[in-house]
Amino acid sequence: MDALMQFVFSGVTVGAVYALVALGFTIIYNASDVVNFAQGEFVMLGGMITVFAHLAGLPLPLAALGAILATAALGVALNRLAIEPARGAPVVSVIIITIGASILIRGAAQLIFDKQLHGLPAFSGDDPIRVMGATILPQSLWVIGGALAVFVGLWAFFTRTLTGKAVLATSNNRTAAQLVGINTGWVMTLAFGLSAAIGALAGVLVTPITLVSYDVGVGLALKGFAAAMLGGMGNPKGALAGGLLLGLFEALTAGYVSSQYKEAVAFVVILGVLFAMPQGLFGRAGTERV
Amino acid sequence: MRLSAKWTQLLILFLLIALLPLFFPSGYYFRVGALIFVNGLAVIGIVILTGYAGQISLGHAGFAGIGAYASALAPGHLGLHPLLAVVLGALVSAAVAWLVGRPILRLKGYYLAVASLGFGILVAMVLSNERALTGGPDGMPVPDPGLRDLLKDLGLKLTGGEFWYWCCGLCLLIGAWAALNLQASPTGRALRALHGSEVAARTVGIDVARLKLQAFTISAVYASVAGSLLAMQNRFITPDVAGFMHSIEMVTMAVLGGVGSVIGAIFGAVILTLLPQVLTVFADYEQMVLGAVMILVMIFLPEGLIPSLARKLRGRGE
Repeated sequence: MDALMQFVFSGVTVGAVYALVALGFTIIYNASDVVNFAQGEFVMLGGMITVFAHLAGLPLPLAALGAILATAALGVALNRLAIEPARGAPVVSVIIITIGASILIRGAAQLIFDKQLHGLPAFSGDDPIRVMGATILPQSLWVIGGALAVFVGLWAFFTRTLTGKAVLATSNNRTAAQLVGINTGWVMTLAFGLSAAIGALAGVLVTPITLVSYDVGVGLALKGFAAAMLGGMGNPKGALAGGLLLGLFEALTAGYVSSQYKEAVAFVVILGVLFAMPQGLFGRAGTERV
Repeated sequence: MRLSAKWTQLLILFLLIALLPLFFPSGYYFRVGALIFVNGLAVIGIVILTGYAGQISLGHAGFAGIGAYASALAPGHLGLHPLLAVVLGALVSAAVAWLVGRPILRLKGYYLAVASLGFGILVAMVLSNERALTGGPDGMPVPDPGLRDLLKDLGLKLTGGEFWYWCCGLCLLIGAWAALNLQASPTGRALRALHGSEVAARTVGIDVARLKLQAFTISAVYASVAGSLLAMQNRFITPDVAGFMHSIEMVTMAVLGGVGSVIGAIFGAVILTLLPQVLTVFADYEQMVLGAVMILVMIFLPEGLIPSLARKLRGRGE
């Protein structure tokens, strides 16, 4: 029982990170129907910039804020320079553009920063908290709290604010959204900036636990992508559920079956869900136009 | 006499393969050439799947992995001749593609992308975790097929690089010929109809599910043979051959050169294989340049280099 609780805690912590990456995917997908494979690099940048700004003498909260803002600016630039010029291109081309962007960012990070692993001090100490016979790090609570806060914020944003509804309208039909007076260019800027900022936030929160280096992005992007798909692409509820489920699957597999195959089980589960529910857990069935 | 487009493409390919060695200053170039041909072969498979049938796979390196490890394992464990091991790898890949393809090809777009990606990652994971059999992430040696010695007995002395250059070049020609034949066949036309619109293809009586599965299986065989050739010429193989980055590389080569055309896609393989060789001087910038090239080509030449350039040359008179 104690062991089970321990696995659940570690699963939920990792799952919260996947959920944050998946939420980032969701925002961009909602606004533009693009799946941004560079999402993992935003997480990496959030961690790396904070580490180096902190090393340069900035206090941690300021370094983190700077990292999130800088990453958000990069997200906006990515949209302006690479995604927007290729609008209307087939899915394969867009996949290649965002993968190209991810390789470019990784290459630049390796030059600007370095190839070492870096950590940050935990925000509220390293003393484990005992809960129900298992222990959890205070930093894990930060990660889980961060994911929940972002989820609630996004949910309110998409359902309660005019701007959020404008984003959804742009996704549904860009031309129609323009006709009713929505500035779709600004909506895209907002979506990419917000998504990059959330990715960077995930990087800041998780670096004290898992450390960060220039090449952590690919793995995170794949897991976040899988989590978003598991939940149903474009649905914040799905992204949160998909991320947490994926984290739990991994932790339980690692604990009870085999740590080597923990990632395999995650993908097997995703394949199974997609076979049974081709639109993911919370997705809606689409129809195809001739 | 006017040659059809198919034979013109094959002739160009043949002349390039046959004449380029005249300009090679050293044996190293034969190695690079052989590598280009292997990549080209895998990329033709992507042309059939993505260019003809309009389906995405981000896990095709999984099949290259099956082919490569068939070449590495079958001779020692099953006592098969290395050439038969290539055939075995292709058969296993075809069977796996058929089994995996049935459920996942029902998915579309990004969902298909993630399902195929999951498949590729599973293969790579099995290869690096089954240490007892595959040597794990460190890789394992691959036996030599012994064809070079056979040629030596016949009086033809080739260096290793030269032998694999001609061998892979021949395989590439055969692969390109088969793909161009497929394109011109009724099946090829049905595939293009499917690419245009699945619903419309179905209403004119095309068995869409079966056709997609065929395209997926054929392209898996291409990837598998390419993986086997790569393993045999390097005499060593690691699970990276089945990794995510290799899958991406295949798709990028195809789309960069022009995924709708066999020659275009091979040209994409030429560029992406040469790029790292040229950029070794600027090793630090290699990744940045690669990423920038991927983005720029997709923005400015969305159909890929060759089709876009061909259109420019012909002018706008389509």
